[in-house]
Formats: sequence, C-alpha cells, structure tokens
Amino acid sequence: MLRYILQRALSFVVSLIVASAVIFLVIEVAPGDPASFMLGINAQPDTVAALRSELGLSGGKLERYLGWVSGMLRGDFGTSYAYRSPVGAMIADRLWVSLPLAVYALTLSTLIAFPAGIYAASRRGGAGDTAVMGATQLGIAIPNFWFAMICVLIFAIKLRWFSAGGFPGWDKGIAGGLVALTLPAVALALPQAAILTRVMRSSLLDILGEDFIRTARAKGLTRRQTLWRHALRNAMIPVLTILGLQFSFLLAGAIIIEQVFFLPGLGRLVFQSISARDLIVVESVVMLLVFAVIAVNFAVDLAYAAVDPRLRTAR
Amino acid sequence: MNRNLTLGGALAGVFVLAAAVSFVFTPHDITALDIPGKLRPPGAAHWMGTDHFGRDILSMIMVGARTSISVAVVAVGIGMALGIPLGLAAAAIRGGWLDEVIMRANDLVFAFPSLVIAILITAVFGAGAINAIVAIGIFNIPVFARLTRGAASGVWSRDFILAARVAGKSATRISVEHILPNIASLMIVQGTIQFSLGILAEAGLSYVGLGAQPPTPSWGRMLADAQTLVAIAPHLALFPGLAIVLTVLGLNLMGDGLRDWLDPRLRGGRA
Repeated sequence: MLRYILQRALSFVVSLIVASAVIFLVIEVAPGDPASFMLGINAQPDTVAALRSELGLSGGKLERYLGWVSGMLRGDFGTSYAYRSPVGAMIADRLWVSLPLAVYALTLSTLIAFPAGIYAASRRGGAGDTAVMGATQLGIAIPNFWFAMICVLIFAIKLRWFSAGGFPGWDKGIAGGLVALTLPAVALALPQAAILTRVMRSSLLDILGEDFIRTARAKGLTRRQTLWRHALRNAMIPVLTILGLQFSFLLAGAIIIEQVFFLPGLGRLVFQSISARDLIVVESVVMLLVFAVIAVNFAVDLAYAAVDPRLRTAR
Repeated sequence: MNRNLTLGGALAGVFVLAAAVSFVFTPHDITALDIPGKLRPPGAAHWMGTDHFGRDILSMIMVGARTSISVAVVAVGIGMALGIPLGLAAAAIRGGWLDEVIMRANDLVFAFPSLVIAILITAVFGAGAINAIVAIGIFNIPVFARLTRGAASGVWSRDFILAARVAGKSATRISVEHILPNIASLMIVQGTIQFSLGILAEAGLSYVGLGAQPPTPSWGRMLADAQTLVAIAPHLALFPGLAIVLTVLGLNLMGDGLRDWLDPRLRGGRA
C-alpha cells in the first residue's frame, strides 16, 4: 500500500515538473517583450530594463523558470502585464465561478449516470436498456455549448425560469449563485453523464458475468442483493477512471460554457488575456488547469487503493 | 453489414457529400451579402433561412462541413501517423526504458486537454484553423499510442510471431508485416470515434474563437454568431447545431457498426 502510494506520488511530482517546463518553454517562444509592450514605443531603454527586472523577466531561462515555479509554490503568480495587479488574486476571483460550476456539473452527471447505468444493466436487452442507450448516443453527439444555447432559448427566453446569463456573485447569497449556475451545470453535465452511463453499464455487465456473481446467487442472495453488495463495488474501477478523466474535460468544458452564459470565470479571464497579450495570466491559468488534471488523476489512483483491496496488499 | 453501420454511414455520408458538392455548387453564394434579406426564417428561397448578413444558412452549412471534416481528418491523421508507430515501438520493446519514456510522455500529453493546447498555441501564435488541427491532433497521439501498445502486446505473444522471429525477421519488420495488419481493424474503429470527437472539438474551439477565423465558414463560428440573435432568430442556432449532432451521431453509429462487423467475436452480444 505504502509503496503504491509513494510510487504514484513520485509520478505526480515528476508530471508537474515536466508539464510546467513545457508550458514555460511554449510561452517563451512568444514574440515580443512584455515590458516594452506595457511602456509603449517611446519608453527609455533603462525604464524598460527596470520594469523587466521588476516583472522577473531579466536573467537566463532556467533562472526565470525557477523563479516562476518557486513563486507559484509560495502563492505568488506574478503581476499581470495588462492590469498591473497580482495574477494570483485575479485567478482566485474567477476560480470561485469555474470550480463550483465544474463540481456542480460533476455531481449532476454522477447523479444521473449511476442510476441510469445500473438500471440499463439490470434490464439488459430490454426496452428500458434500449431507451437509455439510445439517449446516451444522442447525449454524446450533442455539443455542450449548443445544448446550452437551446437551454437558454427554452428555459430563459421562452419560459423565463432562469436568467439567460451573468453571475450575481456569491456575496449576494449562495442560493442566487447556485440558480445562476444551474443551466450551465446541466449543459455541461449532459454529455459527461451520457459517457458515464455507458461506462457504468458495460462495467456492471462485465462483472455480472463473473463466476463469483453466480456463487452469490447460488448461496441464495436475490438479484438485487447481488447487484448492490457484490457487483457495484467491483464495477467501480473503470467508472472511477472515467470520472477522473472527465474532470479535465469538465474544466475545459466549463471554459466554453462560460462563454454561452457570460459567466465571469477562468474562461473569460483567459480569452481576455489572450487578446490583451497578457501572457503571464495565460501561463498561470494553463498551469492551473493542467495541475488540476494531474492532481485529479493522482486522487483517482489513490481511490483505486481504497476501492480495490488487492492493490492495498499486493504492492 | 449491420444496421448501425448502414445508418451511421448514411448519416455521415450525407455530410461528406454536402462538403464535396459545395466545391462546385451551393444553393446561394456565401460571399454575397444581402442585408435587406437578413435573418429570414426558413422558406422556399432559403430552406434554412438567412443569417445576420443575409447569407444562406444551408450553403454556409455545406461549406462549413468542409472545415469540420478537413480539421478532423487531419487531426486523426496526425494522431495515427505519430501514435501508431510509437505504440508499435513501445510494444516491440515492452518493459524497456524507451517503452517507459513513451508511455510517460503519453500520460503527460493526456494532462493537456485540446482546449488547453489550443489556448497555449493561440496565445503564442495567434488564432487560426491550423491551431485547431494541431491541438486536436496532439491530443490524438496518446490515444492511438496507448491503444496500439495494448493491442500489439497481445499479438506479440502469439505463436505466429514466434515463427516469424525464428525465421529471422527483425522487430521492425514483424511490427509492420504481422502486428499492424492484425490491429488495423481496431485502429479503423478508433479512427472513426476520434473523427467524431474531432468534429465536436473543432466546433467548440471555433465557437470560442480559437479555431477557424471569419470569413471561413465553420459550424462552431456560425453558432457563436447566432448566440446574441438566438431570441429573435432561433433557426441561426438550430441548423448548424443539428449538422454537428447528426454528423457526430452518424460517425459514432458507424464506429459501433464497424466494430461489430470487423470483429466477429463481438457479433450478437455487444456490451
């Protein structure tokens, strides 16, 4: 168990180091010097040089890379070129929209997919199974941002149940914030729920064909008891894997969905920064997204050990 | 042939055909602006209505199919051209340090969703359709590399490979002459699935402005343009969206059908 965790932790750290180096090097390729960009064409060379060192832009590549990484470890993400304000605070502001949105969508998709997948597997080949599978085919094919636009059209414009976009802020009350995030979360959750339902179903069907399921039935457990006590737990490994992979797609998807609903999240920040050539913000947001993906996969690896006792003892 | 393959092939075929026909014929000229005739609802002259510049939506969708299909095809091509050789190499030297390096590099690429790659490329080089191709293509590499390695490792343990080695063939020749034909059907099926994912990804990237730039018509851009007008002209959002859904649905059905058709073991009992 300990060896397994250490192994995973090591690969987690190595992945982060390599990923940050890749991001740093790609941003390095960008043409133009942020300091002269900020000061305009009439700036004195020594002013530009002073600003360069203030922004941490002087020195060799390695020195600047280490400065960037050690800054992030201390929670200092540098200063925005366009707004002259700390990048960390800008990101934190936006994260309070994007992260709840992703978690909300993940919760919805799990709440839909688990019962739907279990239902389809237990009715294999029946009408209920066919209906669920047909719905998932459609769910996978629908782009979430288009589904979001259709939702706006129906629930915001025609029925007026929700507002078509915008975010009131959490300080105006949690309920108002949750309502504003409901349509975006539903739109984001739909395709993920469709994929997760299919994984849940096929994983359960694989397990239900195993010998130990027959044994459980032979010792007198009902179908329902077999399903809940023996099959589900064993079917969780592939489901967890996909759930982990989906988190990265949810964060990326959140960036697109934010555009539909004009939500002030990470997506808005990153697109504004791209057009303002505020590369330090882009660099930090990308690093944060990649960190989230790597961290979630690390957490999934640890969850395997919790779900599968074989991993705890064997390694 | 089975039902999924026929139905899916027909659906996807309609859009490939529409893209091909658009090179020689579209119902209306998509570069001609007709401001007085803007935002017309679907009718006899314009079957799917007109957009905010008075351009014919049907014609735009036909030309947009070219963008979607070419981006997705090239992206799958990049993924296959780099991913399959890497996977074959990793399987041939399974357990060696090179195998480890290839697989770890794959894991790393998986941490960069196509959207994130597209953001990075656009931030550095500016927006354009090429970015979408590269971003989706890079993400396809580990998909094919992993699949190839897994499937090829299974083939390497078979007796006829042993026979080929006894006959003195090199690992490279065995990979190309014996392993590749045995995993080809799996690659075709995965290629179909990645193709459909590529269409979805291209639409998403174009929608947020990281993909095809105006005036190149693309389904994602059409939806972005439709967004502010959706309340007064819902048809602007409806038709490009349906085009995406039907193409992706067709390709997915085709992938399922191909899998059943190419792998007789799966016939009948599909999971």
